[in-house]
Amino acid sequence: MPLVNWLKRHFVVIAGLLTLGYLLLPNVVVTVFSFNKPKGRFNYEWQQFSTDAWQDPCGVAGLCGSLSLSLQIAIWATLGATLLGTMIAFALVRYRFRARGAVNSLIFLPMAMPEVVMAASLLTLFLNLGAQLGFWTILIAHIMFCLSFVVTAVKARVMSMDPRLEQAAQDLYAGPAQTFLRVTLPIAAPGIAAGALLAFALSFDDFIITNFNAGSTVTFPMFVWGSAQRGTPVQINVIGTAMFLVAVLLVLTSMVVSSRRNKQKA
Amino acid sequence: MATLTEAPPPLSPTAPTKKPPRKRGRLTPYWLLLPGLLWLVVFFALPMIYQASTSVQTGSLEEGYKVTWHFATYWDALSAYWPQFLRSVLYAGAATTLCLALGYPLAYLIAFRAGRWRNLIMILVIAPFFTSFLIRTLAWKTILADGGPVVGALNNLHVLDVTSWLGWTAGDRVLATPLAVVCGLTYNFLPFMILPLYSSLERIDGRLHEAAGDLYARPATVFRKVTFPLSMPGVVSGTLLTFIPAAGDYVNAELLGSTDTRMIGNVIQTQFLRVLDYPTAAALSFILMAAILFMVTFYIRRSGTEDLV
Repeated sequence: MPLVNWLKRHFVVIAGLLTLGYLLLPNVVVTVFSFNKPKGRFNYEWQQFSTDAWQDPCGVAGLCGSLSLSLQIAIWATLGATLLGTMIAFALVRYRFRARGAVNSLIFLPMAMPEVVMAASLLTLFLNLGAQLGFWTILIAHIMFCLSFVVTAVKARVMSMDPRLEQAAQDLYAGPAQTFLRVTLPIAAPGIAAGALLAFALSFDDFIITNFNAGSTVTFPMFVWGSAQRGTPVQINVIGTAMFLVAVLLVLTSMVVSSRRNKQKA
Repeated sequence: MATLTEAPPPLSPTAPTKKPPRKRGRLTPYWLLLPGLLWLVVFFALPMIYQASTSVQTGSLEEGYKVTWHFATYWDALSAYWPQFLRSVLYAGAATTLCLALGYPLAYLIAFRAGRWRNLIMILVIAPFFTSFLIRTLAWKTILADGGPVVGALNNLHVLDVTSWLGWTAGDRVLATPLAVVCGLTYNFLPFMILPLYSSLERIDGRLHEAAGDLYARPATVFRKVTFPLSMPGVVSGTLLTFIPAAGDYVNAELLGSTDTRMIGNVIQTQFLRVLDYPTAAALSFILMAAILFMVTFYIRRSGTEDLV
């Protein structure tokens, strides 16, 4: 039975590629249906090829507004969470102090909590304080849940850093500020970048916490959610496809750039 | 993105640092911690306290709520919504098991077999993150549509007869059934299983496999005795990262399910945002939180990786 033997030998590769297919299938469907010309309000059945939606991605009222709002929130949330998270990560790795364990659990808890619990409790706070739900409450919430992820990413990088590099810099008469800017920060940068990227993706895509704390403000995921009930416009598939392509392109360029840099060094 | 994959997943065990502590600047760590911790205390810990107090309030939306230590809300909520609680645990458990079964081969493939394709596969695992997960979940409506190719094939293979008999699907429909919800949950949280599995598999020294082979272990034995035990940290953090968000999720049950597949997240969302019954909603989300913390602690104890938290 050569076929059975072949399947046995390549089981991992076949199973792995099938999983990859399962993971990418929705993206394929989103891309294909971005070229659909739906008959009714719902874009669930293939009708006819058309590039209408690609030529007019903002043609649906509110879509591009929600997209730019989500971008703004994600940028501010990334900046806030990365700054605060990096500071915490440095404190946790570089210093011994009291209550270190308590701080670690406080960082860990938001990641081990179902989003709906955090979302509901935060809304309870805002209602009790009589806060106006909208841009600011969304931003506050996003910084809160991105923070722990940034801390974890930066901590991992700083922990694997050789402290002798900084001692060497100081032996060469670099001041504390100079050491930090020219040695510590560049080495920690990949960890900080990973944390920031994660924060951006989490904030941009967050639905559950935003759903509770947005009031009548509509971010992009909220727009998609609303449109699922009313009839999803094709433009949503266009945006989805474009986001996927941009992500892949960005990653590919960064890989090409870093491999070139490595070659230059070598 | 290469940098993103280098960072271990959020729940991975933290290695103890052996570096000597610095002496200078005794107050510096506190200044570094202050802003971030203040943020977490005010917008994470404090809200939990507010919610605890809300859950023991009585009153009405018109007249306002007062703390009356009315603990009966917990009992009422639990007896009214236990089916949804049970469903959340079952669906999240099924999705987590499926994620492990589907994710392990892919993580293994990337770690040991992908060769020069490693980076590309990694990109394809992570890139869907950047397409809104709501859009991708809606795509499952198209994939699982009645009379679509997937449902048609399952029907022809008589798979749907079996799943309908088990109560996972209804007749020749997949949408609006438990199977559709579990499929959506599995899909949505699969990357959260693959990444920690990959990062713990990648750390395994390939020479251990060779050594086991030299000692006449068959591939299956190598996997059972060497690879899988060494990947346990990844398995534990992967299952937690999948189970916890899946148990609280209401998006998949809403978009792919029906009123018969509502999970506890759907109830909390409805009570909070539509019915505006804050005490019941607060009590429900506390029960969910307590149940999850209890299960997670028990699970971590059993799996013997207590240094995880």
